Amino acid sequence: MTMTDPSPVISAKGLDLTFQTKDSPVQALRDVNLDIGAGDFVSFIGPSGCGKTTFLRTIAALEQPTGGTITVNGMSPEAARKARAYGYVFQAAGLYPWRTIAGNISLPLEIMGFSKAERAERVEKTLALVDLEGFGGKYPWQLSGGMQQRASIARALAFDADILLMDEPFGALDEIVRDHLNEELLKLWARTGKTIGFVTHSIPEAVYLSTHIVVMSPRPGRITDVIKSPLPRERPLDIRDTPEFLEIAHRVREGLRAGHAYD
Amino acid sequence: MNLVIAAVILWLAAMWVNIRIANGPADDSQGAKLAVPLIFGLTLLAMWEMIVRGMEVPMVILPAPSVIAARLTSSIPILWADFVQTFVKGALSGYVIGVIAAFVAAIAVDRSDFLRRGLLPVGNFVAALPIVGTAPILVMWYGFDWQSKAAVVVVMVFFPMLVNITAGLQETSAMQRDQMKTWAAGYWQGLWKLRLPAAMPFVFNGLKIASTLALIGAIVAEFFGSPIVGMGFRISTSVGQLALDMVWAEIVVAAIAGSLFYGGIAVIERIVTFWHPSQRRG
Amino acid sequence: MRIVCAKDCARGMLMIRNVFPVLTVVAVIFGIWYLACVPMNIKTALTEAERAGATVSTPGARERRDMSAIGLALANPAQWRDTFALKKPRLPAPHQVAVELWQTTVEKKITSKRSLVFHGWITLSATLLGFAMGTVGGILLAVGIVHSRAMDMSVMPWAIASQTIPVLAIAPMIIVVFNSIGVQGLIPKAIISAYLSFFPVVVGMVKGLRSPSAMQLDQMRTWGASKSQSFWTLRLPSSVPYLFTSLKVGIAASLLGAIVGELPTGAIRGLGARLLTGSYYGQTIQIWSALFATAILAAGLVAVIAGIERVTLKRMGYGK
Repeated sequence: MTMTDPSPVISAKGLDLTFQTKDSPVQALRDVNLDIGAGDFVSFIGPSGCGKTTFLRTIAALEQPTGGTITVNGMSPEAARKARAYGYVFQAAGLYPWRTIAGNISLPLEIMGFSKAERAERVEKTLALVDLEGFGGKYPWQLSGGMQQRASIARALAFDADILLMDEPFGALDEIVRDHLNEELLKLWARTGKTIGFVTHSIPEAVYLSTHIVVMSPRPGRITDVIKSPLPRERPLDIRDTPEFLEIAHRVREGLRAGHAYD
Repeated sequence: MNLVIAAVILWLAAMWVNIRIANGPADDSQGAKLAVPLIFGLTLLAMWEMIVRGMEVPMVILPAPSVIAARLTSSIPILWADFVQTFVKGALSGYVIGVIAAFVAAIAVDRSDFLRRGLLPVGNFVAALPIVGTAPILVMWYGFDWQSKAAVVVVMVFFPMLVNITAGLQETSAMQRDQMKTWAAGYWQGLWKLRLPAAMPFVFNGLKIASTLALIGAIVAEFFGSPIVGMGFRISTSVGQLALDMVWAEIVVAAIAGSLFYGGIAVIERIVTFWHPSQRRG
Repeated sequence: MRIVCAKDCARGMLMIRNVFPVLTVVAVIFGIWYLACVPMNIKTALTEAERAGATVSTPGARERRDMSAIGLALANPAQWRDTFALKKPRLPAPHQVAVELWQTTVEKKITSKRSLVFHGWITLSATLLGFAMGTVGGILLAVGIVHSRAMDMSVMPWAIASQTIPVLAIAPMIIVVFNSIGVQGLIPKAIISAYLSFFPVVVGMVKGLRSPSAMQLDQMRTWGASKSQSFWTLRLPSSVPYLFTSLKVGIAASLLGAIVGELPTGAIRGLGARLLTGSYYGQTIQIWSALFATAILAAGLVAVIAGIERVTLKRMGYGK
């Protein structure tokens, strides 16, 4: 990937990861090389088993690579995790039902030892960031699925890490809510300038959101193509009907086919 | 004989009323849900009274409810002393100690995979045994007073609590634990903020089971020796004297104490686990 | 099929994985038990040693009464061996209990009054009879509750409430009442057992009979099934897993009921009576062996039901 910033935020070189299962070892990642620059929005797309989630989890130090190197902010992922360098959004909102929305957003702040006053201030700020003002006192089960996922994103943003890792965050939502949240996410990215790693299995979603689309293939999990998007940073929803958009989507589909993703 | 016939008529009438309410338009209202079991219970009580009087059942077989009520009201000091001895001193103190011990053990089990795999099957096994059988041993070790009863209760309460707390601590998903990890949370932070709250429905399930066991343990342990006060002592001596009205009075006290104990825990459960789908209102 | 095998194999693996830790824990428990025997029994051992002419650290049982048992144990290592071989120890050593169990089960004739098999059978027969009565009654009441709204609303709250009260407290009274009308032995104990297993079965069975989803019941309706058809083909099969869960609780409760039923009337037969007479005469080894017999019986009964459960559910295609 060509970057304006000479030092990438996330850098993987020759990364291998093999899971030992009962039957036989499974190569989840093989020789993955990738640099992600500051402020990039990078999507990982591919069929299940291609290692896109594993790669994201390796960045987050939730998995240990078996070969190669990976750095996050110039540190090992483990050190970056301890330094709270990133916010991670999972596929399910995973909010605690016994805490209010505000309480949920405040949770990582409590763990990280922020003062009470600062917690309150940050909760207010992030609630506004995800358009949930006035919902702080509600419990998660009183909110719709889309709102819950927004609260979950707020929780990842609350401690203001520069990196946001998202693992199919909208995968469980219906198409209409998903469109809306995609739009919101782009706005949020524009406002905060964060570096975002985003796992998805939806081609339109990847193309619509990203500055870089990483196409991956299974058995073994590897990168088959990295597509730099020529689309402008400002993207209205109907950009998806333009020839440029369809052209990129076509390239992604070709990349998936070349990697035998459809077999 | 007339009273017996009256009892039968009362039964049929009450059944008719209940069937009407249960299949009527207001069958889902709070009132109906309260009235139907109440009518049923009161009818049984009334029939009991009438049949005992009508057939002149001797008191050594079955005293009438009115006789039991009279005994209950005239023996309140004795019953109160028995209650304090058995419930407050024996059952309650044993319950508290047993629950705390189970929490400590559960956290030890939680921290060590080896202990989890070793102790948990043993705990599950012991939880199914009739532990009240340890009563004679514990009475021998700790003497006749309430301490031995509390010890029996501790043993009875410990294993079901241990099993429930440990199961509850496993309740969180891998995703939730990973999330804690992404925030670089320590063991105790994860325990305190995520896993203990998530375990609460299980903990309360255990607490409710244990509440019944505690009272049983305290009463039965008194059958193996006790000072001359206590609910189990009173039951076994009154049975020996064929004073069945006193036995029934003691059972009424035990039933009230048991239901209040259980009900109290259920109320706390409602407050603590308000978020759980089974407790949400509306 | 492959998935089923993988699951079975995984279960097998899990059990093997657990064997070592479980054995370790059991070994530690026995170790602690043996260790505890020394301070628990040291005073009795010293008294007997003194009587036999040995010199001990502090002479005189009265002087030793209020002393620390651990201190006495440390001061008299010569008597440690004795603490494992007393006739009436405060805490019998594991091997003493094992020997007693062996002698009273295998070596005694089963008609002997000292045979644990004899006493175990007395208790077991009452347990099984009561369990059968309680189960049949419980299932019948549950069927009634599911089919009659009036019965549901009248009885169900009481069935649930009755689980919160210590019903075991009425055990002595039932024995005496039956005694006074001339019925003794098996029946009164069986009735206590039945009573204790009855309510778990009712509550579990009602839950089970109600477990079919609205969709499944609607499906029955689209086929024009009668009430009894949907009962036999849908409700009853769906209730089986719930029934077995209740049966496991019920059989343990039945055994408990039979044992407690043997306590209050000075019964001389049955495992409960062994516990009670043991505690009257300070025969601790007898108490412990009766206790272990009870535990083995309880575990055996639950295991039998769990075995039937496994076979039945497998045949019915519940997997697992």
